[in-house]
Amino acid sequence: MEDFTYSRPASLSDAVAVHGNADDAMYMAGGQTLIPVLKQGLAMPTDVIDLGAVWQLDGIAVSGGTVTIGAMTRHAVVAASNDVGRAIPALATLAGGIGDAQVRNRGTIGGSLANNDPSADYPAAVLGLNATVVTDRRELAAGGYFDGMFATSLEPGEIITAVKFPVPEKAGYAKFPNPASRYALVGVFVAKTASGVRVAATGAGQDGVFRVTVLEDALNDDFRAAPLRDVTIPEDNLMTDMHADAAYRAHLIGVMTARAVARANGRD
Amino acid sequence: MPEISLTVNGEQITKSVEGRTLLVEFIRETLKLTGTHIGCDTSQCGACTVHLNGKAVKSCTMLAVQADGAEITTIEGLAPDGRLNPMQQAFKDHHGLQCGFCTPGMIMRAMALVAENPEPTETEVRHGLEGNICRCTGYQNIVAAVLDGAKALRS
Repeated sequence: MEDFTYSRPASLSDAVAVHGNADDAMYMAGGQTLIPVLKQGLAMPTDVIDLGAVWQLDGIAVSGGTVTIGAMTRHAVVAASNDVGRAIPALATLAGGIGDAQVRNRGTIGGSLANNDPSADYPAAVLGLNATVVTDRRELAAGGYFDGMFATSLEPGEIITAVKFPVPEKAGYAKFPNPASRYALVGVFVAKTASGVRVAATGAGQDGVFRVTVLEDALNDDFRAAPLRDVTIPEDNLMTDMHADAAYRAHLIGVMTARAVARANGRD
Repeated sequence: MPEISLTVNGEQITKSVEGRTLLVEFIRETLKLTGTHIGCDTSQCGACTVHLNGKAVKSCTMLAVQADGAEITTIEGLAPDGRLNPMQQAFKDHHGLQCGFCTPGMIMRAMALVAENPEPTETEVRHGLEGNICRCTGYQNIVAAVLDGAKALRS
């Protein structure tokens, strides 16, 4: 691994200041993607700014129909949180299925969203629940946050501080994991809210996470798994790679959506 | 170079490390604790699993500087007096290893799993071991060993 200057600022303002003074800095949250990327030489920053000591970024709070999760909250903590489990059980289930146990002990929600891997789990929950991404300088609605594969609307130096999830009437998540990487070959988050059903698919789209409107329409008419068998999922813009072609991913979107709906309805 | 102070298997250690030094490199090359293995370059195999403040983590996916102030336990820390810990004994009894390369990571992960969930079901053991890859056994005997090791640790 190429060498870099490591720093571990204690506050958000210090972290932003270090970033501003460095040539080519990267923030590190849990490091579960960044460190493998550094090991492979796929990124060679001059500075790595560890956000692990920034006190403003930790913690989970539930109030007034909103679950707020600090950006440095580890997946294992979200999975085990009684507050999250009561308010949005599907979100706790999703966090408990990310990667593997060791990854969940280090990986964070902010890191996952900043990286926006097209097969990561959290983007599906953020788009499916219409969450708000809070940064050190503004609030971004889910629909305006994701900007294609590994791309977001974060500006250089901007830090995600928290994610605010509105509590839905019900929700479910189901994924078909790649057996080696544990990333979603397809993962679908379904949320039934007062303003309608949202269906967000990860692992499938060429531009990362996206809403599946044909399924939203079907579920707004009838929020049950069985009628989804008759819905055809368009293959346009779905990924084809060594693991699965677009047709298979389209099929999996339907199957995972049906499972997510069954879970939302309490029938696993 | 940053200086770090940490506890490894109960021993207080202070050393200088480069920012880029991985925790697993520090454990193996600086401390010469070679029981912790490196089985891949991609953070997938789990052979390097150690405990960081009691939680299982992949020491290849963490910088040594990030362990400053932490308590680390490696496979060597499970048998300080040379007698096998009950989980190690269970792996031996159930033939939970063939080549043995993945075993230190398996056992460290199993110990953390049992600490969190002293009476796991077979499904919970299999889910809990998803981050540890074995190329020999087909996992059957590893799962049997973890279930039996958990039982032995309860008694």
